[in-house]
Amino acid sequence: MSDRIFGAVGLLLALFYAWATLQIEESFMSDAVGPKTFPLGIAAILGLSSIVIFLKPDDEPQWPPLARLAEIAAAVVVMILYAEFLPIAGFVIATAFAAAYLTWRLGSSPLQSVIIGVGTSLGIYVIFHLVLGLSLARGPLGF
Amino acid sequence: MEIFSSLGDGFVIALTWQNLVLAILGCFLGTIMGALPGLGPSNGVAILIPLAFTLGLGPTPSMILLTSVYYGAMYGGRISSILLNIPGDEPAMMTCLDGYPMAQQGRAGEALSLSGVASFVGAFFATWGLIFLAPQLVKFALLFGPAEYFALFALAFATLGGVSSTNQAKSAFAAMLGLGLAVVGVDTQTGVPRLTFGEVHLYDGLDFLVAIVGLFALSEVFIFLEHRHGAADAEGKKIVIGRLTPSFSVLKACTPTMLRSSLLGFVAGVLPGAGASLGSFISYSMEKRLVDRKGTFGKGDPRGVAAPEAGNNAAAGGALVPMLALGVPGSGTTAVLLAVLLSLNITPGPLLFQNNPDVVWGLIAALFIANFILLAMNIPMVGLFTRVLMVPPRILMPVVAMVSFVGIYGISGSSFDLLVMIAFGVMGWVLRKLDVPLVPVILGTLLGNTMENNLRRAVTISNGDYGTLIDSPLSIGLWTVAIVGFVLPIFVGRVVKARMHARRDTEGSLSD
Repeated sequence: MSDRIFGAVGLLLALFYAWATLQIEESFMSDAVGPKTFPLGIAAILGLSSIVIFLKPDDEPQWPPLARLAEIAAAVVVMILYAEFLPIAGFVIATAFAAAYLTWRLGSSPLQSVIIGVGTSLGIYVIFHLVLGLSLARGPLGF
Repeated sequence: MEIFSSLGDGFVIALTWQNLVLAILGCFLGTIMGALPGLGPSNGVAILIPLAFTLGLGPTPSMILLTSVYYGAMYGGRISSILLNIPGDEPAMMTCLDGYPMAQQGRAGEALSLSGVASFVGAFFATWGLIFLAPQLVKFALLFGPAEYFALFALAFATLGGVSSTNQAKSAFAAMLGLGLAVVGVDTQTGVPRLTFGEVHLYDGLDFLVAIVGLFALSEVFIFLEHRHGAADAEGKKIVIGRLTPSFSVLKACTPTMLRSSLLGFVAGVLPGAGASLGSFISYSMEKRLVDRKGTFGKGDPRGVAAPEAGNNAAAGGALVPMLALGVPGSGTTAVLLAVLLSLNITPGPLLFQNNPDVVWGLIAALFIANFILLAMNIPMVGLFTRVLMVPPRILMPVVAMVSFVGIYGISGSSFDLLVMIAFGVMGWVLRKLDVPLVPVILGTLLGNTMENNLRRAVTISNGDYGTLIDSPLSIGLWTVAIVGFVLPIFVGRVVKARMHARRDTEGSLSD
């Protein structure tokens, strides 16, 4: 079933890709091939392989239970928030939060999580910023 | 001999203090990453790329650092195979078969040191193979025109899924996904934006480093979250190392095995789409058929440890041949290394040997040096690395995730790239669940533009005649190999894959 859905989504993706390619406005000067041929070829093979996947699905993969899926979704949200808040909060604070969250979800106790989060953040800050001189996001506090 | 004088020049470049320190650092980090289940060579190299850039390293030092990581990871994979029966990375899968039984018999130290020697032999011969084979391949590649290159890229994509994927439709899907992503951005020939949907950030195209780090490193974090696999595999298991030197008689008994496996592994590495996993697999199978007269393979036979380790390290060296000489990588990790070269504005391929001989020969010399460093690190110091296995993933994985973010942010300083990376991480997780190989995706994003440019150049030269693509015997040959390479695994791939994965653990599911 998963592969049938995957094949169907792949086919839609291929159609969308082909449609988006056809929207490309060609400039007045172009080479013999033009900017559309290659992407159209890609869309064709993408569609073909999706149809094959749809018609000949593999064995069902082991999907995690809903709770685990929610876990991954939550981690994604945390990462997105991290990406958004990084320039605002600064590297050390944002990273401490994100690392603490991840290690907590992987099974550290709450207190340990805080220590590991802060430790990870400071460790990376010292190695990458102070030792190696990599520029990290600066927060309002200067780090 | 021209080769030896070039190699001499290479040693002059590699033997500076900076490069030596980088090689040692790379070997050390690589061995750790190889040893930790879940962090394979491609992951390891991927998360270190941003570091190499932000340190402001030039092409040669960057490559020295990252190929040392690559070789180191190949050595390191065996440690957890032998001690825990969990392959540190996929090529080390076969080492479990005899390595773990040896450890159970209290001969873990012997297995570790023997496999260290075998890794050394494999990598050593493969590096010599690289020296002699790559320049020959370059001479051959100079005959290539745009049409031949287009066919060569098609060949790479057609064979990449090869034996490592059960479903050719899925490898084709992955390759097209990668190529499709490469199209995004302003068209280099006509200057029109393609598939950018008005998003200015996309005009430059998607940075393949962002894609690589997301697909490899972040998806790994999601896999660990999914299984909530936070405890160290080594926790609660008592690791007895035993004596750390193999006896002379064992070494002597294993020598023919190591030599045969090195040769076989090297050939497997050079062939597109085969890579180190296949190298270790066929080496083990051949040795089993050849010398296993008493049925001791699988029960702790030292030769069963030596064969896959020599094979996979030789294949790792062999995989560098097509990457350097043709610019077409044969495995996941060499694809990542290619990304490094491309980002440094160096195009691998025949001209690399003419224009940047310092990069090529410095790299090759560094491989020799790294090999000796690794031998030294892996035999007396192996106890140190076994301790690393005690670090639980619940601490390690957040560090991996954060280092990935730091690296990508360090290159571009934009939150947009981080969001793209997260998207790639999720995509990587879904694709891995669906058993779609990730390496073709990477290779597609890497080579897409070059492939398209070659197509357009070829057709433009012949005034719009597409027949030029199959005009020369060379390109017809390449297309034939591509088609055979794509169709054949549909029939034989299943068998090989089923055998290879009969004992596969859930961990380390990334191919090399």
